Amino acid sequence: MVLGFVDPFDALFRFQRALDQQLDSDWLENATSGVGSFPPINVFRHGNDFVAIIEMPGVSKNDLALEVRRNAIRISGNKAIDYGGNASVHRRERVAGRFDRTITLPVQLDPDRVIAEYRDGVLSLSLPRAEGDKPKAIKIN
Amino acid sequence: MSPAQELEVLQKRELQKKDESTIPARVFLPSTDIFETEDALTVVMEMPGVDREHADIAVEDNVLSVAGRIDFSKYEKMQPVYTEYNVGYYRRSFNLSPNSFDEHEISAEMKEGVLTLRLPKAERAKSRKIPLR
Repeated sequence: MVLGFVDPFDALFRFQRALDQQLDSDWLENATSGVGSFPPINVFRHGNDFVAIIEMPGVSKNDLALEVRRNAIRISGNKAIDYGGNASVHRRERVAGRFDRTITLPVQLDPDRVIAEYRDGVLSLSLPRAEGDKPKAIKIN
Repeated sequence: MSPAQELEVLQKRELQKKDESTIPARVFLPSTDIFETEDALTVVMEMPGVDREHADIAVEDNVLSVAGRIDFSKYEKMQPVYTEYNVGYYRRSFNLSPNSFDEHEISAEMKEGVLTLRLPKAERAKSRKIPLR
C-alpha cells in the first residue's frame, strides 16, 4: 500500500493496518536474529530502494554502532537506565541492556550510499539498492 | 566485552479507551517507569518519534496526563515489506495522590524519545524522621 494523504487520521489508520498486515511477513526469511528482540525493526520499500526504521528510545547516539555489508545491517549498542542511588521503584516497564541484531536483506545494497539518521529515539536507515541489483525493464521485440 | 544479552521487546500496548474517540487511529501506551526519591517522584515515558513540540503534559484534578504525537508524513510513499511494530500517537494518564505534589514545580525534559517528568513532593508530603526520646 502506498500512502496518499487526504484525511490525515484516516491515512494514519490505513497505515497502521498496512503495518499490521506485514507483521510476521516472511520477506526477511528468518534472516533476522529473532523477532521479538530489541530493537524492533520495520522495513519499507521506497521506489527501488529500502528504508529501515528502528525504534530505540533512550539509546544515546554514542552507545550505538552500525555496520553495513552488501546485504546485511548490524545494529548493536547499549541502552542504559539510571534510577539514581536510593530511589524506590514503583513501576518498571522499560527494558535496558546490551543489544546486537543483524538483519539480512533479500536484496544487494550499496554500502557506500547508506544514510543513517537518529532523532527522537528513532533510527532511520536509508538503504539504496546496488546498481546491479535494480530491476531492468526488458524491451519486447 | 560481555556477550550481548538478548533483549526482549514488548509489543506496544494499546490504550483502552473509556470513551470513543472521533478518529479511528489507534493510540498506544508509552512504556513507563516511575520511581520515588526523598523529595520527588520521577515519571519516565518512552515515546519514540515524538519531539518536544509534540508532547503535551497536563495536571488537572490530581491526574497527570501525557500525550505525544508523531509525524507520520515521513512514511508517505513508503510501502511496508516487513514490520515488527506499529506506529501511532501516545496517551497515558496517572492518578496522583491529592496534595502530594507541588504542581507548579513539575519539570519536564524530552531526550531521545524519552520524556522525563519530575514531580517535587509538597512540603507536607515529605517523610519526616520521628525523633525518639
